[in-house]
Amino acid sequence: MPILEIEHLQKAYGDTHILHDINISIEPGDFLVLVGPSGCGKSTLLNCIAGLEPITGGTIRIAGRDVTGVSPKDRDIAMVFQSYALYPTMSVARNITFGMQVRGVDKATQERKLAEVARQLQIEPLLNRKPGQLSGGQRQRVAMGRALVRDPALFLFDEPLSNLDAKLRVSMRTEIKKLHQDLNASIVYVTHDQIEAMTLATRIVVMKGGVIQQIGTPAEIYNKPANMFVADFMGSPAMNLIPARARAEGGQTRIEIDRPGDAPLVIVDPVARDLPTEIVLGVRPEDIHEATGNAHLPGTAQAASSDVLIEIVEPAGADTFAVTHLGGKPVTARLRAESAVQARQPFPLAFDLSKVSYFSPKDGQRLN
Amino acid sequence: MTSNTVLRWGLYGILILFAAFYLMPLFVMLTTSLKSLEEIRTGSLLALPREITFAPWAEAWSTACAGTQCEGLRPFFWNSVLMAVPAVAISTVIGALNGYVFAQWRFKGANLFFAMILFGCFIPFQVVLLPMAQMLGFMGLAGTIPGLIFVHVIYGIGFTTLFFRNYYVTIPQELVRAAKVDGAGFFRIFWSIFLPLSLPIITVSVIWQFTQIWNDFLFGVSFSGPGSQPVTVALNNIVNSTTGVKAYNVDMAAAIIAALPTLLVYVVAGKYFIRGLTAGSVKG
Repeated sequence: MPILEIEHLQKAYGDTHILHDINISIEPGDFLVLVGPSGCGKSTLLNCIAGLEPITGGTIRIAGRDVTGVSPKDRDIAMVFQSYALYPTMSVARNITFGMQVRGVDKATQERKLAEVARQLQIEPLLNRKPGQLSGGQRQRVAMGRALVRDPALFLFDEPLSNLDAKLRVSMRTEIKKLHQDLNASIVYVTHDQIEAMTLATRIVVMKGGVIQQIGTPAEIYNKPANMFVADFMGSPAMNLIPARARAEGGQTRIEIDRPGDAPLVIVDPVARDLPTEIVLGVRPEDIHEATGNAHLPGTAQAASSDVLIEIVEPAGADTFAVTHLGGKPVTARLRAESAVQARQPFPLAFDLSKVSYFSPKDGQRLN
Repeated sequence: MTSNTVLRWGLYGILILFAAFYLMPLFVMLTTSLKSLEEIRTGSLLALPREITFAPWAEAWSTACAGTQCEGLRPFFWNSVLMAVPAVAISTVIGALNGYVFAQWRFKGANLFFAMILFGCFIPFQVVLLPMAQMLGFMGLAGTIPGLIFVHVIYGIGFTTLFFRNYYVTIPQELVRAAKVDGAGFFRIFWSIFLPLSLPIITVSVIWQFTQIWNDFLFGVSFSGPGSQPVTVALNNIVNSTTGVKAYNVDMAAAIIAALPTLLVYVVAGKYFIRGLTAGSVKG
């Protein structure tokens, strides 16, 4: 039975439609991440799931129960907020037990659960402090503690890491992932950070303008983006989207890409594909390799005339990024750190055609 | 001496001048109230008393005549206490709840309602005198202390609502959301989360309301009966019902007694007043 089922959810403020026909279903233990640029409706959707925003149409079921019109407190959820929303006049311990106290849980159970959660999150020394005396990371833990003691059917996280500095964010991310694995909890998590989405999620929902663009596992989203928006949004540096022309040629597909001051670059996809003439070729930076002499990379179709003029070289420690210009767009290749690539020099590149995506330039939809 | 120090001393000079200007009447009142009538007649207005006497204070408190009643300010002082304390408490509680709703539980038309309540702050006392008198008559509260409490509560709600609303608007909405998810309802959230945060603004509301209500004369003189006159009305009567020689010292003592409670409230809670008034402007 799905732990969360959303069917045909609509949300509008007057004539302004925020969410359009949202359909999501996740299984117990899933870590669902809602990701998208700001204003895409992901936080609104989370608030709708929590019951903090009334919905205009559709149904929401949590653990098989229709909660569409049910108030937040009766939805069997717990939520962690972006600003943590700790009660400023209460001690850490009271912040964590407040929910149980409101629900009339007996004192002994409160104490036991508090101790359990405090140990789990390593906040035992902080229990008597006020939120104002805590650092950002500690507040974050307390906010998670407040959710954990509730032991709900569904956890909701609203950009919980966005107020932390970069280093702390990475370590808290790992902790959240670990917590999810230890508890086998079902989580819906909102973020605008695609790396957070990739690292945490078991399933990702990419949203834009109140419309779901794609739902899938991180691998599906990354390797087979449903459209150019998803391709561009997920991954850093972003997927290269290169305007090109395609032509079927004896069981193969011949792809031509314009190049400044040279004949078009021609690469041959060994698979026959049903493509329109005008296409956009999507290729991740790590799928553009250094062409090594005559040797074909394993599973790789090498570009025939592969010398391209490199414009910029950006060493990044583990990798070196080389930027060239193809089809009128800058194209980034992720090369090995020790690569001999040099700026303003031609350099042989090979495209891994087993991993490329083809998009329609008209509507941006995936073609293969 | 640099120009900076000159400016500084100039500033101090002006401030001292203003302070003296404001304190002069108080000085005259205090010294006059401690002089005998004889000394007032013969001495200068600004001179310190040669011989300090508290007799005018005793007279003002317990024997001075307000009209035909010669019991001093004492009974009227208690009338004022019985009127001001409940009126301040009730208007503050209602203002807090109103402000909580306007700030955190927005409903359709909330802005219009808030504007209307705010409008109440700007209605002059005189305009409501007749309708209010009629209203109190309907309610059977005319000429009673509960009637005065009612009038002051109604008139104060506009201000207290404004104070609390502006204070609560600075409290992040996510707190309410978190509490809702935790299972708390409207009153529980108010009681457990908002009220403990409210000390500065409660102080503002109490000082403001207490000063307004205690010092009010117009409502007091219009809506009180013989047994329910507040101290301001009695003070007026004492000063105006002299026979023969005007007892300036008793008048002054009575005026100071009538003003003491508001002074006291300021001294006790004044530092919170400034803090509370500015609390809304900066995010904490």
